[in-house]
Amino acid sequence: MNKFLPGTDPLMAPYAIELAGINKSFGAVHANRDIDLAVEQGTIHGIIGENGAGKSTLMSILYGFYQADSGEIRVGGQPVTINTPNDAIALGIGMVHQHFMLVENFTVLENVMLGAEGAQLLSGGIARARAELERLEREYALEVDPSAIIEELPVGLQQRVEILKALYRGAEILILDEPTGVLTPPEADHLFRILRQLKEQGKTIVLITHKLREIMAVTDNVSVMRQGEMVATRKTAETSVEELAELMVGRRVLLRVEKGEASPGAVKLAVENLTVRDSRGVTMVDDVSFEVRAGEIVGIAGVAGNGQSQLIEAIAGIRRAENGRVTLDGEPVSVTGEADPAMLRTRGMAHVPEDRHHMGLVLQFEENENAILGYHAKDSYVNGPMLDLASIRRDAAEKIEKYDIRPPNCRLKTANFSGGNQQKIVLAREMEQDPAVLIVGQPTRGVDVGAIEFIHKRIIEMRDAGKAVLLVSVELDEIRSLSDRILVMFAGRIAGERGPEATEGELGLLMAGVADETEAPRTKERSTEPETEAAE
Amino acid sequence: MAAPYAKLPGWVDYGLIPLINLVVAFLVAGLVVLLVGENPLRAAALLVQGAFGSGDGIGYTLFYATNFIFTGLCVAVAFHCGLFNIGGEGQAYVGGLGVAIAALTLDTVAPWWITLIAATVMSGLVGAAWAFIPAYFQARRGSHIVITTIMFNFIAASLMVYLLVGPLKPLGSQVPATRDFAEGAQLPRLDWLIEMFGMNVRSAPFNVTFLLALAAAFGVWVLIWRTRLGYEIRTMGFSPTAARYAGVRDTRIIVVTMLISGALAGMMALNPVMGDQERLQLDFVTGAGFVGIAVALIGRSHPAGIVPAAILFGMLYQGGAEIAFEMPNISRDMIVIIQGLVILFAGALEHMFRPAIARAFGGLAEGRPKPSAAVTR
Repeated sequence: MNKFLPGTDPLMAPYAIELAGINKSFGAVHANRDIDLAVEQGTIHGIIGENGAGKSTLMSILYGFYQADSGEIRVGGQPVTINTPNDAIALGIGMVHQHFMLVENFTVLENVMLGAEGAQLLSGGIARARAELERLEREYALEVDPSAIIEELPVGLQQRVEILKALYRGAEILILDEPTGVLTPPEADHLFRILRQLKEQGKTIVLITHKLREIMAVTDNVSVMRQGEMVATRKTAETSVEELAELMVGRRVLLRVEKGEASPGAVKLAVENLTVRDSRGVTMVDDVSFEVRAGEIVGIAGVAGNGQSQLIEAIAGIRRAENGRVTLDGEPVSVTGEADPAMLRTRGMAHVPEDRHHMGLVLQFEENENAILGYHAKDSYVNGPMLDLASIRRDAAEKIEKYDIRPPNCRLKTANFSGGNQQKIVLAREMEQDPAVLIVGQPTRGVDVGAIEFIHKRIIEMRDAGKAVLLVSVELDEIRSLSDRILVMFAGRIAGERGPEATEGELGLLMAGVADETEAPRTKERSTEPETEAAE
Repeated sequence: MAAPYAKLPGWVDYGLIPLINLVVAFLVAGLVVLLVGENPLRAAALLVQGAFGSGDGIGYTLFYATNFIFTGLCVAVAFHCGLFNIGGEGQAYVGGLGVAIAALTLDTVAPWWITLIAATVMSGLVGAAWAFIPAYFQARRGSHIVITTIMFNFIAASLMVYLLVGPLKPLGSQVPATRDFAEGAQLPRLDWLIEMFGMNVRSAPFNVTFLLALAAAFGVWVLIWRTRLGYEIRTMGFSPTAARYAGVRDTRIIVVTMLISGALAGMMALNPVMGDQERLQLDFVTGAGFVGIAVALIGRSHPAGIVPAAILFGMLYQGGAEIAFEMPNISRDMIVIIQGLVILFAGALEHMFRPAIARAFGGLAEGRPKPSAAVTR
């Protein structure tokens, strides 16, 4: 069992979790193949791998969502069977999911005791739960107001509630699945402090992530998964980002994107005083102005939920704006009137939406049907009212070849392509229309490392071909490596503009709403500004 | 991996699973027959014999099936747009009005086929008009189409009663019906089709609307899978968000889909009104609008599934009547129970045996929801 960790003495550091020979298949997909893993008691153990490497499957087996086809799980040295999450909880295993499992309109206390109420009547349970919650908060320095409503808390605190929920159920082993996906850099740092503190109190932590930086920052040991196999386990102190990246992908990876100088031309997209409200009337985009020139990439950074989605949807004609003006190639676009994405497409605006599963693709469609989504009225795809299937399929097959979409079958259901290939389907569709302006939202979300490289290259090629590119991403690294100019959005406003040389810390502060000098009076005034933990 | 169901070969998905569902439905129905003290095997024999044993049996089976093809297509077209049109019953009922208008106007002056064309257009228009109001409210106001179409069934029924005991009733008649249609509005039978197989038809009202129904089924297939409009309908049905992104106007597409759906329901009226009763009378729809829902479910909203599903229900209608006639303990209501079981197993519970079959095929066995499964993969 000890083959990956030479030099550790089992008596000194007994294993909290041992997995031996875990196998799990879904049909023809061998999601986990002979996985061995040993997590030392009282350490933070990182599990890293690309999307689809089998990390989540492995943890779902440990947490009882799936049963392994074969193999053994030992917790604290004892062989165990975990059939349901309840079994896992009884063994002291707690899980913090990437997407929080919280009842939004319940209080913190109600969420923590949900499923552990204790009796049919709540009164006694509430008092006990409150006392226990307060004890936990003191012991682990995890302050949250027990009577606060979840939806009113910032995400960082919501995550803290998830951790408290696990601790309340007596978790000695905490599994965190991609915990920093929704956090600002300062919030992420704070989370890491919490994790270290939990470790000092003797808890064992398993951290699943695809971000190398986090692994290096917080873990003691790290295991790398690739294509369903556990390819290596290292002591974090004895490895490097480069080695881990290579292990993850199985070949050398370019972590930096190579690109030349931008040569911006005429203004292709101009946004002036754009204000967008959501369906509840909350102002999501507040008086935003900027422009994008031909031949440059303008990146919009920001923590998810600060109005970026609404901004690009309004520009792309999907969402109606309250106020403001947008000009496309010098011609005004009606953003406050009836939204019309179809018309915008004919005028040269292409849009790779943030949410490819719900917006950019119809997963139930065949690949070739998605390859015309939004362009299905184009002359080359129709014969009068009829679809010209032959032409559509020929066209789809060409794009499949050009963008190396796998498997190369335009009749396959889109849901059966991997995330990276699905994204390539969308990119191929939008980029091959030769647009003047390309709006790209979260181009590499849920996409494997190999495809990320390809997608980044394509975006830069679009820039070099003289297109105006507006890039929105919550991945700061992506924004920094692709953009020629960076705008940071916070609470619906542009909190500041920086060049590509801006440091992560500088952008992080802007993302957290610590006002830029130039914008200071405006951001301070806002009363609806979400709380953040940046001040801590 | 996050897909809710494993991929299965097409013949399993569209052949084996529906077949197993049907077999189970009939087994449970057999238990019910046993419970009331009759022999289920004999009942089954009577059912098949009644439906297919004679030229008249087949004629009636296909006559009923014609109704169900139209109403099944009506429900299926709406399904493809993500709409649940429960109003086929009412749309078919008022569709009868369109048939009657064309027939009463033309029956003494035109040959049957001209009247048929006019009546098809009219019944479609009236059925579409009846579906338009719920569609408009759904598209513009978000009033749920299930609720509004159900209510429109009641309004249709009341309206037709009013018209048939009042304005449409010939002076002096005691019957709530229009006058009998003259020869120019009587549709030719298709007896020759059955006689080709060496059977005799005496009374079954099997008529040319069956061919029209088959043509409608083909038309729906072309519409949904081969036209731009159908592409937009399917986009809307699978993902309204993607439809908005693609620039499909939701108001327009909802209204247009419901107009087509309502028109198909309205055309159902041709079969009983012009093909059988040869006058417009009360309650000629007899639940076909609702059976259409089951037919669309079993037929997976695909015309190639809807036609056999409609024939299956035609068989249950016709063969069921035979059982009720031959077996004293089994009344008309028992037949409704058996039909209900078929709907239950083949429609509502269609995925019940799927996980087990998927496992048998080495696929992904989905037992219960796995909330974290889709997170990072």
